[in-house]
Amino acid sequence: MIRNGVAIDDEFAEAFGMKATRVIITAHNPTWARHAAEAATGFATSVIACGCEAGIERELPPAETPDGRPGIAILLFAMSGKELAKQLERRIGQCVLTSPTSAAYAGIREGEPVALGKNLRFFGDGFQASKLIEGRRYWRIPVMDGEFVIEETTGVVGGVGGGNFLVLAATQPDALAACEAAITAMRRIPNVIMPFPGGVVRSGSKVGSRYKALIASTNDAFCPTIRGITNTALGPEVGSVMEIVIDGLTPEDISAAMRAGIDAVVGLGSARGIHRITAGNYGGKLGKYHFRLREIMA
Amino acid sequence: MPGLRLTLQAVPPERVDLSPLTPDRIAGRSRAEVAALPLASGNRSLRVDAVFKLAGDPGPELVIEGDGSRLDRIGEAMTQGSIRLRGNAGAWLGVGMCGGTIEVEGSAGAYAGSGMQGGLLHVHQHAGDFLAAAAPGDHQGMRGGVLVVSGNAGARAGDRMRRGTLIIDGDVGDCCASRMVAGTIAVGGAVGRNAGLAMRRGTLLLRRPPAALLPTFNDCGVQVVPILRLLARAWRGLPGPFASLSAGDLRARRSMGDLANGGRGEILILLPD
Repeated sequence: MIRNGVAIDDEFAEAFGMKATRVIITAHNPTWARHAAEAATGFATSVIACGCEAGIERELPPAETPDGRPGIAILLFAMSGKELAKQLERRIGQCVLTSPTSAAYAGIREGEPVALGKNLRFFGDGFQASKLIEGRRYWRIPVMDGEFVIEETTGVVGGVGGGNFLVLAATQPDALAACEAAITAMRRIPNVIMPFPGGVVRSGSKVGSRYKALIASTNDAFCPTIRGITNTALGPEVGSVMEIVIDGLTPEDISAAMRAGIDAVVGLGSARGIHRITAGNYGGKLGKYHFRLREIMA
Repeated sequence: MPGLRLTLQAVPPERVDLSPLTPDRIAGRSRAEVAALPLASGNRSLRVDAVFKLAGDPGPELVIEGDGSRLDRIGEAMTQGSIRLRGNAGAWLGVGMCGGTIEVEGSAGAYAGSGMQGGLLHVHQHAGDFLAAAAPGDHQGMRGGVLVVSGNAGARAGDRMRRGTLIIDGDVGDCCASRMVAGTIAVGGAVGRNAGLAMRRGTLLLRRPPAALLPTFNDCGVQVVPILRLLARAWRGLPGPFASLSAGDLRARRSMGDLANGGRGEILILLPD
């Protein structure tokens, strides 16, 4: 399949079932909501070493937040509900509770309830108070700038992690420009996050390593600087490869995000140095979900 | 009309227990069966049709017309449907109510909403003493739901209230929120003496400052109270002026007490926007 001079490989992205939740962070203004959200979703690029994958889903206008203030919706994904609960408590406790004027609310009502403020309330040292409003319990924790309001629980649902596609371009600036265009388009899609810095990852990995201590190592088949000494997947025209990884609440959300991102890349076309789009997988035996590029772009 | 209409034939000489007549308890019965139901009145038992004229058929809505000041326990423990009183209600209105709606176009007697657990109870005029309060011997008063009184309420409103929302648009008598355990009481008018006496937790929200606060309440200063944003949003659509409470930052003078009983309750006196 060739679109605008860009070859789309007959490949598929292999993704896994995860546990997911959404938290709505509000603050006095969008700047402070973003500060809290960025901190809470920091160091959350990959479950391999971060415990969870997290990112900003979108900015919320006051009319869409529970307390009528500017807000940010963040999504968090982990390999188990238990790990997700642990990460949630740490991240909200260290990054949102601490952020001036902030408040945190459940962004998903369905699914298994998991503690949001249920344990963090003890920071109040006995001065915390709760309010049950329309069937939902909120905790009011006195803090130095006033009061931190946090909902008791948020819902955990099944999610999908590891949707991806790779952009193969002539040069590093070409690959970066294409990925930036893709991320801009993908951020308009609800229910997904691209957890890597700026949404883009340049160090795609393969399973295993020649070093026993490592479970993953550089994806040498896509590294242009060693193509002469490895079993390369790159043609001579490719000088740089970047990947976009997507976590979403449903497979359909990931498909929609991949389509939007690939469309944006293809829109730049071969004239802007984009040669190929492919996807990362492990042979199809590890992940429950397969996203075939050509089916998505059909 | 999708329900039964009961018109009081005359003001009963003795008080009548109306607890058997809720939309859920008469559901599935014919009008004749409802007419034959016994109602306790003193040491006697009266048939429904000896007290009321009946029209329509049992359904989700029940309308009671006439001066019901001697009709007690209207809507007791009801779970669904609606009761509309075109007149006054006696004591124990909506006691133990779990769901549905009760609307009283007149006033209600003592202990309205006592032990209420859910649903919406709206009294268009005034309510007597012990509104949403614990029944004698009971450990908890109102435990859930929303109770709105558009007029005034008597003494001890919200006594031992545990949960839920009690809104009084008018004045309220002495010892409002006494022994309150939790929940929210909002008062639009004047509040009597000793508000919050022995209050443990919960919120008493006042639009007007009381003449005096108990000495066992300590002033915590003027604060922006973020939880009021959530309450204001939840109250939209309710009858009365609290429904139009600003959903923006609301400032209030906060006093915490009763320090003779744990001191975790709060009296919030709203300041102008």
